[in-house]
Amino acid sequence: MTLPLHLTVNGQSVAEHVEPRTSLADFLRDRLRLTGTHLGCEMGVCGACLVLLDGKPVHGCLVLAVQAAGSEVQTIEGLAESGALADLQRAFHERNALQCGYCTPGMLITAHSLLETTPAPDRGEIRTALSGNFCRCTGYESIVDAIAVTIERRAEGAGA
Amino acid sequence: MADVINTQGHVRLGSNAGQGLTRRDGVLKVTGAATYAADNRPEGLLHAVTATATIARGRVTHLDVAAAEAHPGVVKLYTPDNVPPLAVSPDEKIHPFVWRMEALQSDRVRYAGQPIALVLAETLEAATEAARLLAPRYEAETPHVTLDDAEPFETTTTAFGRPADHSSGDIGKARATAARHVVAEVETVAQYHNAMEPHAIVARWTGDRLEIDTPNQAIGLARQTFAAFLGIEPAQILIRSPFLGGGFGSKAILYGGQLLAVLAARDTGRPVKLVLRRDQMYGPVGHRAPTRQRLRLDLDEDGRIAALQHDTLTMTSSFDHFLEGASNASHSLYATAALQTTHRGLRADIGTPGPMRAPGEAPGSAALEVAMDLAAQAAGLDPLAFRLRNHAETDPSNGMAFSSKALRECYAQAADLFGWADRPAEPRRMRQGQLLKGWGMGSAQFPCPMFTAAAHATLRADGSAVVETSAADMGQGAWTALAQIAADGLGLDIDRVEFRSGHSDLPDAGVAGGSGHTATAGTALFNAGADVVRRLVDLATGDPASPLFGAGNSGVTARGGRLHRNDDGRSEAYEDILARAGLDMLRGEGTGAREGQPTRAMFSHGAVFAEVLVDPDLGQIRVSRLVGAFAAGRIINPRLARSQLLGGMVWGIGFALQEEALHDARTGRFTNNDLAGYHIPVNADAPMIEALTVHEDDPFVNALGIKGVGEIGVTGTVGAIGNAVWHATGLRSQRFPIHPESLILSGESL
Ligand code: FES
Ligand code: FES
Repeated sequence: MTLPLHLTVNGQSVAEHVEPRTSLADFLRDRLRLTGTHLGCEMGVCGACLVLLDGKPVHGCLVLAVQAAGSEVQTIEGLAESGALADLQRAFHERNALQCGYCTPGMLITAHSLLETTPAPDRGEIRTALSGNFCRCTGYESIVDAIAVTIERRAEGAGA
Repeated sequence: MADVINTQGHVRLGSNAGQGLTRRDGVLKVTGAATYAADNRPEGLLHAVTATATIARGRVTHLDVAAAEAHPGVVKLYTPDNVPPLAVSPDEKIHPFVWRMEALQSDRVRYAGQPIALVLAETLEAATEAARLLAPRYEAETPHVTLDDAEPFETTTTAFGRPADHSSGDIGKARATAARHVVAEVETVAQYHNAMEPHAIVARWTGDRLEIDTPNQAIGLARQTFAAFLGIEPAQILIRSPFLGGGFGSKAILYGGQLLAVLAARDTGRPVKLVLRRDQMYGPVGHRAPTRQRLRLDLDEDGRIAALQHDTLTMTSSFDHFLEGASNASHSLYATAALQTTHRGLRADIGTPGPMRAPGEAPGSAALEVAMDLAAQAAGLDPLAFRLRNHAETDPSNGMAFSSKALRECYAQAADLFGWADRPAEPRRMRQGQLLKGWGMGSAQFPCPMFTAAAHATLRADGSAVVETSAADMGQGAWTALAQIAADGLGLDIDRVEFRSGHSDLPDAGVAGGSGHTATAGTALFNAGADVVRRLVDLATGDPASPLFGAGNSGVTARGGRLHRNDDGRSEAYEDILARAGLDMLRGEGTGAREGQPTRAMFSHGAVFAEVLVDPDLGQIRVSRLVGAFAAGRIINPRLARSQLLGGMVWGIGFALQEEALHDARTGRFTNNDLAGYHIPVNADAPMIEALTVHEDDPFVNALGIKGVGEIGVTGTVGAIGNAVWHATGLRSQRFPIHPESLILSGESL
């Protein structure tokens, strides 16, 4: 059994038929070939599958595709292309806040959401906010560095 | 650092190598564009899901094949009754990185999580549901999954064929004259790699040619293994593995599921994708086995170790051999007149263990450093002073001199940054608010193996070059560090070098493991580049039209894409030399391997200092600071090396305080085989952490002076944290991980 599904993904409207049991992450990866959304645990623990659903981070592995009907989904690909993450991406790259890169899209989405809601978190707040994103490699220190430097740069940019 | 070594006559390491360049794959990874194996989706794909055993020992007596096959979308189902056979015995060991190939050979169940059937369907969801519908029934037998009840077996070797036992010096005599001794008994538990990227494979046949996308740490060996078990030639197989989402050893060894996917693709004539769920990686794809270790250190009056004995009991599966070589960690770190190490093995109803980041060294170092702390206490010495007193000038296991060993400098730098000098000798002397604070330390050591690798370098008509080797980037940064070395070999700027890697049609780069990949593949790349330059020098110095004519073979240096005369400094660009010779390219080859039998002991070293805070009411332990200093030969890329070292140290936190796979002893099943139940460090568990690198020139380890940084960070750290917990609380846990209950239930009050 499939159901019709209409939603917006990275600014483009999408009309597909999906089985109701298909997760949003599988739908994005398999049907739309947006493979920057990764799967690590499929139980909402590791954060590799984070996407924005109507602007809020959700675990793509815990949301069914049909639950996103009528909504706006943004994935790492869309956020990268729009430039919304440009400074965070640059900082992650410069600070070597990634190794295998598997956790990186989810980390960036958490970091982005954190800075939307809390403009100037300290290192402890950054650590706490990112503790739902596992990095086995593990680049935690550099990830905090990258976010901290982005906060500084944004503050300088705003002040200038 | 401006140190430049001249290894090959015309070219030098040190223009690109040594720079903290950002990763060449960084942009792909921050945009989501880097592709991992499971991202591939060829047309006509079938999704495979394995059904896995829920008992640890016994037989599968019934599978509801009819129900599973009737599920819409199911295309094919394999059980031991109809699975296509392997071309050779599953026990065939065609090279040392082959584990028994478990591919549905029989209805026998030998560990929980063992694949018992494979379902192929048009969608992942259908395959998953059909696997569930199989509803297996079993004839279960009593499983043995612990160090207490598993079956002892005779063995003369540990992991990778190392001898199980070692003895040097006269331990009886040494003990007879010793003033005192300490005994440490330490248990470590089963741990699972849990790379964030699950194991995955996409297999597609086109006629008799096989294409495989799978994350793999040793592509050349993997191709040989696939070929042997499929009964085809390696040349018929292409393996692509551009990026691994972490490997840590588990992706160095092929497992049966990969063969099953390939066989299913051949059988059905359609591409097949198999991605393991997190819970399915507990069993078939390796793990770090538990150990029970006992160390006895005999000391003389001055606190010198007279005799060191280290015994390990550990376990493997009922059908293969890998044994964690924990006692080997005591071979080469501290001076002792007499050394005796043993390993004893048990067979349990578990999947075969395998190498996991610092195999042997991690649990061995954990126990050794705890024993050293006990011994320091017995000798009345500060733990650092005690280690310095027992600093090994030569390798005590074989008497060899070290190729290099800047361990003293590591102690000094890390201790200084940490502030170790202020440490009170007695435990329970420091507080932070209500919390007990403690400081501990450990020495880090990791061997410097080399495998064998080959590489090609081709200089193109425009003076740029392409270098090729099938190296694996599992996150450590091979794409970047190896390209830096290759560029130096060619005497080119790194942006003029295209680096091709990550698939099996390229020259074999050996194994990305054992912390030996950069040294091995790097040597091959450097030599390939140097080979091109040598040919170029021959062309130029023999050509009367070249400014280099007559410069003589040794009078030329390659740098920045030009050959320079050493006498008068005149130079010529590579592209001009090629053009005049009428060549549109010039190709060189190189290999990397250790030459001859080593005559020196070769290790990376380090020192790790830890601070912990312990809640006296709850027993909760947090690492609040970690400082490490490491001497690991020539550092090719400080930015990448630092992240490897920090990553290893965070693994040390997991080992010391968190990671533990739990079995239900009655059924042998796991009770926490997921990322919620198996705890790995998250960001909030990572403290203020720093890793320094100490300069080290090593002319013996290999021509490039490269050691390795991938695993050493785990060693030293675990013991340091355990020792800090003692310093905070006065309690010594006899097992890792140290849990709050280990402290609370110790009977002592916190
Ligand atoms: S895959 Fe969704 S949280 Fe891990
Ligand atoms: S970079 Fe590998 S998991 Fe984070």
